[in-house]
Amino acid sequence: MNAPASSHRPFVARRLDWLRENLFSTPLNALITLVTLALLLWLGSRFVSWALLHAVWGRADVATCNALFGQGACWAVVADKWRHMLFGIYPQDEQWRSALAVVIFCGIMVFSAMRAFWHVWRLLALWLSGSLLCAWLLAGGLGLTPVPTALWGGLPITLMLAVFGTLFAFPLGILLALGRRSALPIIRAASIIYIELVRGVPLITVLFMASIMFALFLPEGVSFDKLLRAQVAIILFNAAYIAEIVRAGLQALPRGQYEAADALGLGYWQTQLLVILPQALKITIPAQVNSFIDNFKDTSLVIIVSIFDFLYAVRQAVISDLDWRHYFVEGYLFAMAVYWLFCYAMSHYSQWLEKHLSRDHRL
Amino acid sequence: MDHPAAHVIPANAEEIIRIEGLNKWFGDFQVLRNISLSVRRGERIVICGPSGSGKSTLIRCLNRLETHQSGTVIVDGIKLNDSLKNIEAVRNDIGMVFQHFNLFPHLTVLENCTLAPIWVKKQPRATAEATAMKFLERVRITDQAHKYPGQLSGGQQQRVAIARALCMAPRIMLFDEPTSALDPEMVKEVLETMVSLAREGMTMLCVTHEMGFARAVADRVIFMDQGEIVEQAPPEIFFSQAKSERTRQFLDQILDH
Repeated sequence: MNAPASSHRPFVARRLDWLRENLFSTPLNALITLVTLALLLWLGSRFVSWALLHAVWGRADVATCNALFGQGACWAVVADKWRHMLFGIYPQDEQWRSALAVVIFCGIMVFSAMRAFWHVWRLLALWLSGSLLCAWLLAGGLGLTPVPTALWGGLPITLMLAVFGTLFAFPLGILLALGRRSALPIIRAASIIYIELVRGVPLITVLFMASIMFALFLPEGVSFDKLLRAQVAIILFNAAYIAEIVRAGLQALPRGQYEAADALGLGYWQTQLLVILPQALKITIPAQVNSFIDNFKDTSLVIIVSIFDFLYAVRQAVISDLDWRHYFVEGYLFAMAVYWLFCYAMSHYSQWLEKHLSRDHRL
Repeated sequence: MDHPAAHVIPANAEEIIRIEGLNKWFGDFQVLRNISLSVRRGERIVICGPSGSGKSTLIRCLNRLETHQSGTVIVDGIKLNDSLKNIEAVRNDIGMVFQHFNLFPHLTVLENCTLAPIWVKKQPRATAEATAMKFLERVRITDQAHKYPGQLSGGQQQRVAIARALCMAPRIMLFDEPTSALDPEMVKEVLETMVSLAREGMTMLCVTHEMGFARAVADRVIFMDQGEIVEQAPPEIFFSQAKSERTRQFLDQILDH
């Protein structure tokens, strides 16, 4: 092995070198380092003391928390309200359905992340069966008590908006990406206009339009479900971003791939489906995962049209209770932890994937 | 046009490619100038010339990878124009091998060879695979059939590319600088494959600077410069008694090394 000489030095010595070079290179840098360190330690110790040492854990009544208000965190609010936080105002007796839907949504994500499922038919089967199952569990019917969407809420909504918002945006995004590179001027123009229009507008505007403006254009008496409208808005919004990611993948392929397919006599759709897209999509997987993380976090914007996603449910669970209403910081920290758990897992996966794919001889 | 009788093709062999007054521009730049060329069935033609002389563009006009602006291209009786049906029919007749192989990296060697027969010719998978194995055997790649192109050497990849083209049972094979991207030690294996193909009577148009190959199998060598056909002659005449000064200069440059 001919690793650089420095790697033969002991670990501690290398670390000390690093510290000297990066944090203590000049007196000013040393000072800034020390001050920052002191600040971090002070804040950190305050947080640990509040969140862990003096906190109220497990089930406890409000009086216990009020006695410690400002000194220790009141995690009892989470212990008391967790069902309301996770599932919103979904009927208590039926909340097992919400919980099961969460499990299935997570299953869709986990299985989609596994290479064994990276075949068109397996993915379609997984996504279709998973989606239908979740829709049935949440909506009811066919033996389950129907629950109107106005009562849906919490984590299932967040997951649904993110997962459906990506799955259904995916085919649309691919078509838009192909359209943008089409030789037919009308299709190309339409794709460009759509993509640039949507990308030029914030999601919050699209949601607002879908929720309020859309109703103005419909004849009286006709209305679509509010949640459905928000979901469709998110799908249409994500499609534009997915289209641009797919387009980058298409552009990364050498012209020779198209020429070889042409020379063999493959038609346009055969070339795209058999030769181009399998390669282009694989290149874009890491970018798609990152865009999914964005979508996941962006779903919290549906709060603007009063849809009970997870974040809104957490807030409502705490605020709406006169006794517990002062403990929303604990509630938000709990929400943060849950979001972080999902996003951290996904970003970790995307890093692993990037390494894994770069070693793939099939690319 | 007077070119002495080729070695094995009967003088009355039917014409399979006819190009008349072909002109092509890339923007303001004219790549092909008034090209006329007739190729008979079974003829082996080597096209050479300095880079930018239009030789690749010329053969790419034959299967419509490039469109021409004026002139006529007729392949096997089919006129190449905007008709998708004609383009499809011509591409069915013509196999092409590229400088950079252009294998599909996400498919195995075998899948590369069966893709077009299955989807374009609608052959059953088993038939397509049997044909593919036959041609892979001819190019001596059978043991790599289930590997991906990225796992093969350049020479092996190019031989797979030849097999892939042959699987469509083409009547004409186009080679666009098939050995230029190869390491020197791999040129021979690809040329040997091409020679054996030539010996079987395949109509071939090869853009190449491999003059040994031209001497061994070509019926006619064509020299192009600045978008024009400057000279064409059987190899024994082309290499020793070229008429044009430009041809002689070019041959001096490439044969000296």
